[in-house]
Amino acid sequence: MARFIMTVDLRRCIGCQTCTVACRHANATPPDVQWRKVLDIETGEFPDVRRSFVPTGCMHCGDPPCMHVCPSTATYQRADGIVDINYDLCIGCGYCAVACPYQARYISHKREFAYGDKPTAQEAARFDARRMNVATKCTFCSDRVDVAKEKGLTPGVDPEVTPACVNSCIAGVLAFGDREDANSNVSQLLAENQFFRMHEELGTDPGMYYIFDKK
Amino acid sequence: MKTNIQPGRITPWHQTNWDWRAACNFIGGGSGTGLLFFATLAAGSADSYRIMALIALALVGGGLTCVWLEIGRPLRAINLFFHPQTSWMTREGIVAAPLFLCALAAVWFGGGALVGIAALLGVAFLYCQGRILQASKGIPAWREPKIISLILAAGFAEGAGLAAALAAVLPGVSPRWLAGALLGALILRRLAWMLYFKALEQNGAPRKALDVLRSFGAKFEMIGQLAPEMLVVAGIFYGEVMPYFVVLAGLAAAASGWWLKFTIVARAAYNQGYALPVLPVRGQGEVKPGVKPGWTK
Repeated sequence: MARFIMTVDLRRCIGCQTCTVACRHANATPPDVQWRKVLDIETGEFPDVRRSFVPTGCMHCGDPPCMHVCPSTATYQRADGIVDINYDLCIGCGYCAVACPYQARYISHKREFAYGDKPTAQEAARFDARRMNVATKCTFCSDRVDVAKEKGLTPGVDPEVTPACVNSCIAGVLAFGDREDANSNVSQLLAENQFFRMHEELGTDPGMYYIFDKK
Repeated sequence: MKTNIQPGRITPWHQTNWDWRAACNFIGGGSGTGLLFFATLAAGSADSYRIMALIALALVGGGLTCVWLEIGRPLRAINLFFHPQTSWMTREGIVAAPLFLCALAAVWFGGGALVGIAALLGVAFLYCQGRILQASKGIPAWREPKIISLILAAGFAEGAGLAAALAAVLPGVSPRWLAGALLGALILRRLAWMLYFKALEQNGAPRKALDVLRSFGAKFEMIGQLAPEMLVVAGIFYGEVMPYFVVLAGLAAAASGWWLKFTIVARAAYNQGYALPVLPVRGQGEVKPGVKPGWTK
């Protein structure tokens, strides 16, 4: 069985936020919602100062606390490991949001626009009332992944069936693929490099792997 | 509720999904089920039980109504019952239904086995509330396992307090042990609070959450614990002369329990934030020790 994951090569990220913009464009999220966001972490003291740019979002955990607490079964885990939300079942209780240790979930209670009080043409065309007052988050662009089989394409390799953030990354930071396939791009990257997963001690089995050095 | 995005934040920030309405559910649920438990044992007459039980149900119902007002899609509230396999929120809802039915039937009949069953269902409801908080993995102050015993102890202390206060003004003679039970419940709550806070300090928590709890704890242990404990001791020794010592102690025990829960749910709910176990290689640099901003450990 597949387990789709994402690798993030922290050595390469320059914090350009193209992934954030691509995600927002692909998924039509409101202005204050970033399913894919990039942290800018400055550490140390002059002259030994470092900046680390860290793309984050839903980790599509193997053991997702958001799914366990969800009272309505709106949050569910697919057979390929992607954690998704059924907007028609969600009651917007916010329990998943307080259960997620990655701050990856959003509940929009008011329709908001990027510029002023009126929607842009894109916002008007892409507005989805089902996503109001319910929990939303990164889906690993599951709508793209879903058509991979019928088109005979491979997620993570063929852009048409790969998450928008991965396609857009200008520095080759993000990669997407099947962790269970030893020959996949992500398995190869993890075999060749050292990596960690955020808040791994919480036992969530997160599906975002942060590469920090070669082996 | 506001949208919980704060771009660029690294250190834990206060969650915005559950506000005072969620706190009211824990306040009403704890006091209500605690009162229902002690009403079973302490009501001086069938009529006293009826009044105590109805107040208890009003508290539980009020708390649940607050939560209903908080959810984004209140008309879909029935979906709450869909996930008993793992969700403690579903389990709380499932227990609430027979709790209300049994307690109302006990009120109608004024006694019998239903009184005991309603009390036990109340304890189950209270336990679910503790587990709801503990399952919130994103909020370090809630996921500490000792919060379960704290929520239970707080519910019993509030319930004993309200029962003691109500027993003094309702018809019938309330048992003499009620004051002792209130003192015992207060001591248990003090112990549960100390163990909970100590565990948070030892295991590490968001600095701001600990600041809130530390500042609260100093006041709580004096005003919320010591004061009602002294009042109830005075009531035990001088109850014949000054019967209102126990009433005051009971009201203080309930009010301080509400203060405790409001603080934990609505003020100390800082999220996990972000952390890097190591800093990545950049350019010619080397791997460096990681960072966990905003945490005590």
